[in-house]
Amino acid sequence: MNGLLRIENLGKTYVPGKPVFADVSFTLERGEFVCIIGHSGCGKTTVLNVLAGLDTASDGYVFMDGREISGPSLERGVVFQSHALMPWLTVRQNIAFAVVSRWPEWSRAQVNAQVEKFVAMVGLSPAIDKKPSQLSGGMKQRVGIARAFSISPKMLLLDEPFGALDALTRGTIQDELMGIVRETQQTVFMITHDVDEAILLADRILLMSNGAETDTGYKPGGIAEVVVNPLPRSRNRAGLHHLDGYYDLRNHIVDFLVSRAKAH
Amino acid sequence: MGAWRSLNFRAALLSVLILVLVLGIWYAATGSTTSATSSAGMTAEQIEYAKMMGKDPGSTKAAGFPTLGQMGTTVWGHLSDPFYDNGPNDKGIAIQLAHSLGRVALGFGLAMLVAIPMGFVIGMSPLLRKAFDPFIQVLKPISPLAWMPLALYTIKDSSISGIFVIFICSIWPMLVNTAFGVASVKREWLNVASTLEVSAMRKAFQVILPAAAPTILTGMRISMGIAWLVIVAAEMLVGGTGIGYFVWNEWNNLSLTNVIFAIVLIGVVGMLLDLAFGQLQKAVTYVE
Repeated sequence: MNGLLRIENLGKTYVPGKPVFADVSFTLERGEFVCIIGHSGCGKTTVLNVLAGLDTASDGYVFMDGREISGPSLERGVVFQSHALMPWLTVRQNIAFAVVSRWPEWSRAQVNAQVEKFVAMVGLSPAIDKKPSQLSGGMKQRVGIARAFSISPKMLLLDEPFGALDALTRGTIQDELMGIVRETQQTVFMITHDVDEAILLADRILLMSNGAETDTGYKPGGIAEVVVNPLPRSRNRAGLHHLDGYYDLRNHIVDFLVSRAKAH
Repeated sequence: MGAWRSLNFRAALLSVLILVLVLGIWYAATGSTTSATSSAGMTAEQIEYAKMMGKDPGSTKAAGFPTLGQMGTTVWGHLSDPFYDNGPNDKGIAIQLAHSLGRVALGFGLAMLVAIPMGFVIGMSPLLRKAFDPFIQVLKPISPLAWMPLALYTIKDSSISGIFVIFICSIWPMLVNTAFGVASVKREWLNVASTLEVSAMRKAFQVILPAAAPTILTGMRISMGIAWLVIVAAEMLVGGTGIGYFVWNEWNNLSLTNVIFAIVLIGVVGMLLDLAFGQLQKAVTYVE
């Protein structure tokens, strides 16, 4: 199997000779949840933006279903770090905007049914006719997630979607997201800073290192290691830390972030 | 009880007091001045002489600053019959006002048709923004009335020249604000639109336009304010009809009450226009 998304030798260079990252290669299988973790500035967001088609890489290629990605597409839904809801539209209108973009031929009733289904999915039916400014940070991010799911993309790209949320809200939405992803068999690529979040959600965790000067010259950032999550897929947030192997996995990732991610 | 404490109520009360005070000063300052030249005790020859010198003792027209009573009569006269039309130099105040508002609406509307699409294009393209910037910076500070001779010469029609002057003064704030508003639409909203493969037209009308609408309306509000300032001056120059012409005409008649009435009216209409645009602005403003 070739995988749904294949990334080959991706690199991004701003200063000539000193690429931020280089030779980033990995594949995403259908239905897989992959997290990428690394320090700020290592280029995670750039990788995600390239996958989304919002940015272009200096080197390398990205293939989806065997065809090269040339720009943004409805096949790849994006949840932005800053939720990116349009403040002049209500929740309903924000999601309808996406649904109409996906299926322009749909009738108003069809669009509305789709919108209500996905708003209900993230538990926001009571707030469907509110403006984003009337919602809390967690609710806004839920709308962002509902919007990305509502267009039934082939895969989802999540750019640190819970970064700005408090710990309690974050936990609740992680649970919701996990439930929805399991149910819809969605393929997900997600950026995170949070080790526990990665362990809870991801089937595979990509550890990304920053570019750095070493004794032998400049070494660009890239994927230093791919960790396959050995914990059972039925794991949940409440029982996560009781599972065998959880602490080994967690220590391994934290050690990487502390000692290996920056200096090589 | 509650009404007394309300800030709005107290402010309104104070406003009324200030108005009464101003009118009181006016009354005190003009009420005592009786006609300086009285015909009493003058011989027929003296009266005749005074008339020849332009000091008609029987007339009250030029007897200094008008009193409150005279002012009231004038105001009542205008408001009770605003629509009469007795030929080119004697039209009701509503008709004069309608002419001015019509010119402003036309000039402003034309400016909108040019400035908003052009501002959109300039805002979208950093290249065009840089290329147009020197022209806009040079043209913007020019007093709109400075265009008048050129307009009269090329257009050869005083009424259209007036409209052109309104057009040229309204265009800059709208153009600059539209370009600024469009250029500063948040990157994330545009990213959402591109990941949803939204067409260029739909992106322009459903993302950029609503995002930039508050800034565009600020520009329109500023333009309208300037247009209403300029129309009075333009009509004084061009003549014929309009509230500006009315002021100039009444000055030539030395009818100060009419001039004062027109000044207040210009202020009130300007305020109403600004209020209307304020409401529009409120309607398109969003909270992030």
